[in-house]
Amino acid sequence: MGIELKGITKTYDHSDKPVLSEVNAEVQDGELFVIVGPSGCGKSTLLRMVAGIIPISDGILKINGQVMNNVPPKDRNLSMVFQSYALYPFLSVADNVAFGLKARKMAAAEITQRVDDALKMVNLTQYRDRKPRELSGGQRQRVALARAIASDSKICLMDEPLSNLDAQLRVRMRSEIRELQRKLGLTLIYVTHDQTEAMTMADHVMVLHDQHVQQIDSPLGIYNHPANHFVAQFFGTPQINLLTATTSGQTATTKLIVDEFLQVELDAPIATGTYTVGIRPNQLGLKPVNGNEGNATVINVEALGDQTIIEAVMDNDVEIRIVKDGQVHIDLDQRVAVTALGPAFVFDENEALIAEQGGVKDDRIVAVN
Amino acid sequence: MENTIMKQATKKRLLGNTFKYLLLGILAFIVIFPFALGIWTSFLPSMDIAKGTLWGGGQLTLHNYVTAFTQTKILRYLLNSLVIATLVTLAHLFFCSLGAYAFVFLDFKYRDFFFYVVLGTMMLPFEAEVIPNFATVKMLGLLNHYSVMVIPFLTSAFGIFMLRQTFKQIPRDLKEAADVDGLSHWQFYWKVVMPYSKISLCTLAAYSFLGAWNQYLWPMLTTFSDHLRPVQDGLRQLQSEETFNDWGMVQASAAIVVVPTLIVLYIGQHYFKSGLNEGSVK
Repeated sequence: MGIELKGITKTYDHSDKPVLSEVNAEVQDGELFVIVGPSGCGKSTLLRMVAGIIPISDGILKINGQVMNNVPPKDRNLSMVFQSYALYPFLSVADNVAFGLKARKMAAAEITQRVDDALKMVNLTQYRDRKPRELSGGQRQRVALARAIASDSKICLMDEPLSNLDAQLRVRMRSEIRELQRKLGLTLIYVTHDQTEAMTMADHVMVLHDQHVQQIDSPLGIYNHPANHFVAQFFGTPQINLLTATTSGQTATTKLIVDEFLQVELDAPIATGTYTVGIRPNQLGLKPVNGNEGNATVINVEALGDQTIIEAVMDNDVEIRIVKDGQVHIDLDQRVAVTALGPAFVFDENEALIAEQGGVKDDRIVAVN
Repeated sequence: MENTIMKQATKKRLLGNTFKYLLLGILAFIVIFPFALGIWTSFLPSMDIAKGTLWGGGQLTLHNYVTAFTQTKILRYLLNSLVIATLVTLAHLFFCSLGAYAFVFLDFKYRDFFFYVVLGTMMLPFEAEVIPNFATVKMLGLLNHYSVMVIPFLTSAFGIFMLRQTFKQIPRDLKEAADVDGLSHWQFYWKVVMPYSKISLCTLAAYSFLGAWNQYLWPMLTTFSDHLRPVQDGLRQLQSEETFNDWGMVQASAAIVVVPTLIVLYIGQHYFKSGLNEGSVK
């Protein structure tokens, strides 16, 4: 059952250009489905269409097999957590959690029970009588979560719920939300602009960009097989290196050449032409060389302790990023020879993935987080 | 030597503060002095006031107040004004908030146009409306009745304008959260918008109450009986009707009339605390 989106399109009255077009997706029961994309890609709009706050211009939305297009939000039986938390400042924590239940005319005893359970689950029992202004950002966030937990609906929508928290708290809340979702068996649609959140939390990820769905897959599926330039660049930190490469010779070949040092050997032959090769920063090798040899110059070194990020500029003026495990000592302006270790993606002139080199390797995941 | 710049800064600040407080003190004196003088004279015997010996000499006495309460209808005037001002205030809170709600949370054609029409009515001075309004209430047969002092003032463009600005501050997310929870417009208005806007509603209430309390021209035109007269007209009545000019008593009555407005202002400013809505979003 779950949630089904078929050709969902949104066009606002005052413009003829859609902000979202032809979104197709299926969200399974009990899964955490992340919608990710840069700001302004329409992800919040999509979420609000699922919630019923914004009308759908075209397409069909089904929840549990029922078409929901013109059904008012409350009859879609879902809960929602907002980026701004949307707490009622004049109500205590407990009343905030109980508010939606009262609006749905639930029996008083059950409301008390649900509020107590929800507050316990987010560790806010001792703050139940406080007003939102007397809470810290993280606690307010928990109140918003408790509201969703207390609701009896099995579908929960979250709109960038962690973006107002500091980095450490965000990491903790990430796993807490994930745990809650599993424990309660919620079907959770989670909107974020943060690829780390998408990678770490999701069962499935939808990448939105430019009004269109770019790819829907599991987090590792997206990381290991990015459908196009955008997806490849959006996932993984530091960003993937995109380099222009040409085939050698006049016939189909397995060899793609960026320059004398940097060459990629493909599994299968490819037609002659010019392509873009994507290589993750940890799949580039780097060796210091003397004098003016090599193909790049180091311009920046970031030592993170357990790994080192090296930025270099290639002789054709393209900047690249290389990640090395451990602490690498290398001087600025040092000439280096950059080589490909193996795995690479090949994109055609339409920026779509057409070939891959090397299978899925676990160590590629190191670049995330 | 190392403290030279700091000492200079301290000196400068001290000088600045002295000047600031001096100026504020002078302004406060100019504003407060007439009131203080009024209260002071209300405790003096009328003979002293007539003679002009305001300071020293005379005994302070409550006699003026006793006379005001026993010899005049001031209690009746107070009651009239209280009834009128309370009704007008409640009506303002209700109708202005409903109007403002529509202008903020409902989508309808020409919404902004209608809002500007409402604003436009603020351009008309009340004096310009007096004659047509008088004709209307006369036709309705409302003259010389409580309702004539309430019905024309059931709503206020200023109130709608002010509450619209307040309601616009309510985060969009709260409306969306309420939609997801299934609140109707009426429930959202009553359970979220009104409590959220408590501060502005209190401000408007104080403003409306004072406005109604200080009505003078309109009640004078539309009521003719002593038992309907509100305080401001009552005061005028005392001053012109009293056989001998008992200035002390008139002054005492004026003080009595001012007291409720001071109470309203005091309660009002108690609510003007800022930050009451902090913590709703972010």
